[in-house]
Amino acid sequence: MKDLTFGTLIAVFEEIFGRTLFWAMVAAAALITIAYLWVLIRDRAVSWHKFLLAQISMPVGAVAAILFVLAVTDSGLGDMGGPIDVIVLLAVALAGAVGMAILVYTVQSLITGKQPPRGGPQLKR
Amino acid sequence: MNINRRQLLAMAAAGGIGASILPRSGQAQTVVSSRARIVIIGAGAAGTAIANRLVRRIDGAQITILDRRQNHIYQPGLSLVATGLKPADYVLTQTAEWLPAGVSLVAEDAAAVDPESRTVSTTGGQTFAYDFLIIAPGLVLDHDAIEGFSLDLVGQKGIGALYAGPDHAAKTWQAAAQFVETGGTGLFTRPATEMKCAGAPLKHTFLIDDIARRAGNVGRMNMIYASNNDSLFGVPIVSEKVRMLFGDRGITPVYSHVLKAVDADAKRATFATPTGDRQIEYDYLHVIPPQRAPEFVRQSGLSWADKWTDQGWAEVDQQTLRHRRYPDIFALGDVAGVPKGKTAASVKWQVPVVEDHLVAAIEGRAGTEVYTGYTSCPLITRIGRAMLIEFDYNNDLTPSFPGIIAPLEELWISWLMKEVALKATYNAMLRGRA
Repeated sequence: MKDLTFGTLIAVFEEIFGRTLFWAMVAAAALITIAYLWVLIRDRAVSWHKFLLAQISMPVGAVAAILFVLAVTDSGLGDMGGPIDVIVLLAVALAGAVGMAILVYTVQSLITGKQPPRGGPQLKR
Repeated sequence: MNINRRQLLAMAAAGGIGASILPRSGQAQTVVSSRARIVIIGAGAAGTAIANRLVRRIDGAQITILDRRQNHIYQPGLSLVATGLKPADYVLTQTAEWLPAGVSLVAEDAAAVDPESRTVSTTGGQTFAYDFLIIAPGLVLDHDAIEGFSLDLVGQKGIGALYAGPDHAAKTWQAAAQFVETGGTGLFTRPATEMKCAGAPLKHTFLIDDIARRAGNVGRMNMIYASNNDSLFGVPIVSEKVRMLFGDRGITPVYSHVLKAVDADAKRATFATPTGDRQIEYDYLHVIPPQRAPEFVRQSGLSWADKWTDQGWAEVDQQTLRHRRYPDIFALGDVAGVPKGKTAASVKWQVPVVEDHLVAAIEGRAGTEVYTGYTSCPLITRIGRAMLIEFDYNNDLTPSFPGIIAPLEELWISWLMKEVALKATYNAMLRGRA
């Protein structure tokens, strides 16, 4: 990996997705991450109820990520030819799972608004 | 979710970028001021990439680029078009959209170079004086050298010729698609001259075989690969690997068979072999014609006098790509008379070398960058798998990710590179950013 610079990587990603789409995706990813951190700070706790649903959604994210990558690259599971292929595939699944979990958790938190502490009085809204 | 999946894809691609992305000079570089007149012949991969780099490196230079063609062709994509994996327009863009401001594009081809008076005259009758000349016109496909063959035949009567451009690559798929349905003898050739991407004839063979297999027709196929010499690839270790893969796939190699004539009506090809002419009947024939430097290179006295005399490649130093007799002339890409490197990957490694030596010459010092003959070939062996083969002048394998991406293994990640990252990297290279 001789002289593989950050600038070169950015240039290649811009070419893969197009400059606008790439930076829009970076912005969207950043927004979701910020929203996730924001709901964590706002709620001052991890809601285990929401986290459960987020966890349940993880396999869906993993499978969806793999299917997406295979579909856009005209390939199938039978094309895995060596350990590195399996590692890449698992990385795709992992990223899909984590991304899905964060998204589901954040969306739930944003939709339901601030939750009362568990066991506390049910406030009318 | 969508975002993250896309990011993943990008990450997967990033892993694979190595083959083609490795920049030779990622460091911040100094900008020099000069009024030098630089003429670039050809706005293909090499001409466009060097133009973008020189504009950034030299402040005030007068850069002129000569090319009649309005379309830029992403040639590494032609193999995918010729197997129906991508549409013809996948490889097409406009030349002008890649060129930076500050470079003047003249829509004429070079007709002659006078290296003594340092001028280039064009097909339109204009003359341009230069201080530095970069020759990057690509090469000429000599279809007429094959008796009975013409480009009109491509797409009909079982004839394909994917090198001839996007339309002919698409027509090649028409002929090949029919062949994979009906079966018969598939005959895959390569010329005896130096050629663009020597992996492409192999890729086409492997892909057509794979597509026929998927269609369940492999039992009806008789696949023959006609090599021009006694090996299947210029790098011996790769040639052996390909021989083994051919064995597994039931593809029969024949050696020292050079296509010399085609009888399209009789579907019969004639090969020159060491023991005389041999005729082989086919149902599908893939033609790759002999390849030569454009005529003006030879006529202008820029070719090697004692090497490749039937082909006329420019006489340049292997390490610096500088003309051996005219130090103000460089050659880049297909036209360069070096033993390897008629690929886009080579161009990517050659361009920074020429940039360095040219800028150094302006500054009155010696350049330091060296071209090692690096080239790379994501050798597709089936849809979904490829071998990422990188090598240099010595036929040494030069893997970008040793121990991670094995060069002689058929891997999905290597396919991902070809499918996802390669065109992006190529485009970044055109803009001088990779």
